[in-house]
Amino acid sequence: MSKTPAGTLYRGREGQWSWVGHRITGVVIFFFLLVHVLDTSLVRVSPEAYNAVIGAYKNPIMGLGEAGLVAAILFHAFNGIRIILVDFWKKGPQFHRQMLWIVLAVWAITLTVFLIRHLPNVFGGH
Amino acid sequence: MPTETKDESAEPASKVELPDSVAGSGEIPSFDITLRVRRYLPEFYDEAYWDDFQVTMYGTDRVLDALHKVKWEMDGSVSFRRSCAHGVCGSDAMRINGHNRLACKVLLKDLNTSKPITVEPIKGLPVEKDLIVDMEPFFQSYREIMPFLMNESAPPSKERLQSAEERERFDDTTKCILCAACTSSCPVFWTDGQYFGPAAIVNAHRFIFDSRDDAGDMRLEVLNDKEGVWRCRTTFNCTDACPRGIQVTKAISEVKQAILSRKV
Repeated sequence: MSKTPAGTLYRGREGQWSWVGHRITGVVIFFFLLVHVLDTSLVRVSPEAYNAVIGAYKNPIMGLGEAGLVAAILFHAFNGIRIILVDFWKKGPQFHRQMLWIVLAVWAITLTVFLIRHLPNVFGGH
Repeated sequence: MPTETKDESAEPASKVELPDSVAGSGEIPSFDITLRVRRYLPEFYDEAYWDDFQVTMYGTDRVLDALHKVKWEMDGSVSFRRSCAHGVCGSDAMRINGHNRLACKVLLKDLNTSKPITVEPIKGLPVEKDLIVDMEPFFQSYREIMPFLMNESAPPSKERLQSAEERERFDDTTKCILCAACTSSCPVFWTDGQYFGPAAIVNAHRFIFDSRDDAGDMRLEVLNDKEGVWRCRTTFNCTDACPRGIQVTKAISEVKQAILSRKV
């Protein structure tokens, strides 16, 4: 078997890229949960340590990270519903592409609403 | 768009005089293409590499014709499989411009001829030489789902009857030609060679939903495995790649639901 990796990237369509997006957002959410469990469990060590760590999150870089996290969670959640429908709704495979556009539209709307609420908090400085 | 030159034709023009208005009387447009073939010659080089061939082809030619021209007139060492050359035998599945197609079914004029046309072996199976891959892992999965009619009851004197509705349930999956375009388009199969792959599931579907077959439960048991239908991530690459237009992902979903409900 050839040692060189196969030539070009496979040019799959919407289904392939939604799967790639689902994987990436899934890994991002996993790493967040890992850190989240650790920082939350600090409250058992000492409430002061917990407050110090949580306080460190209050800066614009972490605020933008939160926006990215919400974007990842929203996509993963809506696309997850789409995957369930593809598997278990009789007409799911037929309309998988249309469902992806709906997922992306709902994702864009909810993310916009969230950012309108969230970004002033990040940069408002209170 | 192909650059058309009118001064060449595929074969000598007919001696029969035809008025210009009659369709087909004109000469076939020709154009120059670059065929970029992924070469792998294990006897000479350890690594695979790209080889470019400039060929003049005609509007009626397919990718397979370009490969023939290269092999017959330019470099006889270029290796690929093909048999019927008419989209029935399923020998010449390859990756053309990044996605799996049968070389005998893709017209060059439908591709962007201003850029090189890339031709690579299908992914996920061991490459033996150039575009030829070892199909054994693919057929191994196919054999495991028992792709034959199983019915222990005494055969009737004439035939096993089936209604048109019963036949319709598995009509789509009877079209498979085992070209491996679907299985080798699956991202799960590329990284996990143990996965049965779309083609095996399609052929299981063909018998699971056949009212004359009695071994549906056995096949569902085979596919209700870690490496069975549950590995499917519904990327729809298989449905897009199938040269016979089988709704592969839909068939896999139907098998998933049959496993859960155990109602065939």
